Amino acid sequence: MTFELIPFLKDMLSAPGLSGYERPIRDIISRAWEPLSDELSLSNLGSLLALKRGEGPEPRPTVMIAVHMDAIGLMVTAIEDGFLRFTQVGGVDPRILPGQPVIVHASNSEPKDLPALVVMPPAQLLPKEAGTGPLAQAYLLVDTGLRAKDVEKLVRVGDIISFASKPEELAGDTIAGHTLDNRASVAAATVALEMLQKRRHQWDVVADATVQEEVGVIGGLLDPIKIKPDLAIVVDVTFATGPGGSGSTNFELGGGISMNWGANVHPALYKALEETAKDCEIPIYKEFSPSMSGTDAYGIQVAEEGISVVEIGIPLRYMHTPVEQVAIKDIQRAGRLMAEFITNLPLDFMNTVKWE
Amino acid sequence: MAKKMEAPKMFKPKMGKKELELLGKLTNALAVSGDEQEIRQIVMDELEGFADEMRVDHLGNVLVTKLGKGKKRLRVMVAAHMDEVGFMLIKDEGKGIFEFRTVGGIDPRQLVGKQVIVGRDHVPGIIGAKAIHLTTPQERKQVLPVTQLRIDLGPGGSTKAKPGDRATFATELQVLGPTLCAKALDNRLGVYNLIQLVKNAPENIDLLAAFTVQEEVGLRGAKVAAFSFNPDIGIAIDSTPAFDLPDYHGEENTQYRTHLDGGPAIYVMDGATIADRRLVDWLVDTAKAENIPWQFRQPAPGGTDAGAIHRVREGVPSVSVSVPGRYAHSAAGMARIDDELNTLKLLHAALARLDEKILLRQE
Repeated sequence: MTFELIPFLKDMLSAPGLSGYERPIRDIISRAWEPLSDELSLSNLGSLLALKRGEGPEPRPTVMIAVHMDAIGLMVTAIEDGFLRFTQVGGVDPRILPGQPVIVHASNSEPKDLPALVVMPPAQLLPKEAGTGPLAQAYLLVDTGLRAKDVEKLVRVGDIISFASKPEELAGDTIAGHTLDNRASVAAATVALEMLQKRRHQWDVVADATVQEEVGVIGGLLDPIKIKPDLAIVVDVTFATGPGGSGSTNFELGGGISMNWGANVHPALYKALEETAKDCEIPIYKEFSPSMSGTDAYGIQVAEEGISVVEIGIPLRYMHTPVEQVAIKDIQRAGRLMAEFITNLPLDFMNTVKWE
Repeated sequence: MAKKMEAPKMFKPKMGKKELELLGKLTNALAVSGDEQEIRQIVMDELEGFADEMRVDHLGNVLVTKLGKGKKRLRVMVAAHMDEVGFMLIKDEGKGIFEFRTVGGIDPRQLVGKQVIVGRDHVPGIIGAKAIHLTTPQERKQVLPVTQLRIDLGPGGSTKAKPGDRATFATELQVLGPTLCAKALDNRLGVYNLIQLVKNAPENIDLLAAFTVQEEVGLRGAKVAAFSFNPDIGIAIDSTPAFDLPDYHGEENTQYRTHLDGGPAIYVMDGATIADRRLVDWLVDTAKAENIPWQFRQPAPGGTDAGAIHRVREGVPSVSVSVPGRYAHSAAGMARIDDELNTLKLLHAALARLDEKILLRQE
């Protein structure tokens, strides 16, 4: 084993990497992928691309594994009496914010990281329209614990704020933390790369840790133009059953991975991957996304002349909260399914991917 | 010939590594009202050998007596509540999911998306929320009530906890520059201060230290502790809200209650007690004489153990002194190290100059 899954995952979950500010998480992924690939490169906007060459004669076909690495978070908009006002980067439900530990990445501070809290001012300091319900983000503040004069010196408008909850292993081989969306999938891609070390495969593989998915699938839209894959596997998280999640689009944590069925994916590709899963006895849920799955799949699907996409989902509880939870087993399953599929890809595979 | 009086030992509290370690132990402990065993044990271990008497009463208060020397010593009860607000698991829904209720006053808006610890073994868990993707704008305008939230220990977690177990936020003490950031600073700061007072007790009084239970659910421990001790004077030491945040419209904040960096907060009146005027003067005079920064807590609702102590037996002249702290009763609060040290300094200096004359003045 060149990498260990849980420590790697915990490393990732302890790092910031907001959309547009992915450097810290990219460095960690880069260290893990470097020994597992033949060549690492960066896209113009900062996606990390790891090429692992296949054994087929050139020009070989390429399979892209897309896993976004960016995180949702907050950004400083104003400094008032030493407290920070903020806006959000990506989709954050303000109801999860009061009392949340965060890190302010202060431009003028050394070291840059200032641990802080999101706080809720008492009612007497808020206008009546703030009400007694959930406080809108505009009313919340961030407190660094520093005195006003120091905050003015260290922090500036535009500084990013990331979640700071520490990863925690829970019962049933699950792990909780912020940004398991989508670092669980980065971990799955890493599992796949690791398994492929001991396999022979004909196709080139490019694992892509994409940027800015949370603000409009930017990496997903642009990276396929650089990679020019023949097919793409997108891995993202999906909704697990549990408190707050009980519908028909929720899947049991640790019970298996989902495969998307809907307008984003090529049905023939779906069937091929489903067959691999059956052969390998990997439990699969069929996830119905009639029009849109809301992931990099859309960006890749419509790139250039269009690309055939298949999509794997890792069930996750409490999405976009700082206590997201996934089962380690599901990460391993997603990684293994990709490795098995890629190992068995014949050079002429795309000729068999037909609309019928 | 009378023995020459020894100059009182200078007491200079500090917040070094050892002190932070103790404070961390205290704030990280899980001791929700009604189940204070963990913090009780820490207090008793810490004070082993320092007291003339130490006992646990019927409610679980730790009652520590430290006798002074000389005649006409005042019996001074100093109370610090040990309990914190938190949760109790009430139903095992299987696969590590538990329904729970809050203990003490917690705004349900503070619960969502938090890490928690459960039971004596501090089993880690989380309080999640429905994904934003699955909520409607209408839903996002509603506070998630505690009845809809669950503590999740992970599949298989049902063997690690059971209904009836207490839980609290998983926050651990951190120092942020000049600031302590931890859960339960209300009132582990008071517990910390009372431990230090017992260890450095002035000899002119009998110090009756009450580490009380169940303050957060109605000052229950303090009531019976005061009856047992039957003191001449009662002092509750606690942590009180500092609402010193900016007003949304930039108006002057006139309802700050207390300010961080303002020094120990002396109470004149709160929702439960009108402080004894003689004791207020005594604290203010001490602060002025010793050059210790101090502030009045704005008269306002809320209460401390003094609310129970002053109504025991035939009445006990009482006052409260608190370390100002922000964001009490949530996952993490903040208090200034300077305020904490000045509070301890003021309490020690005031006790050291206390004599029976204070109660002779008529008000």
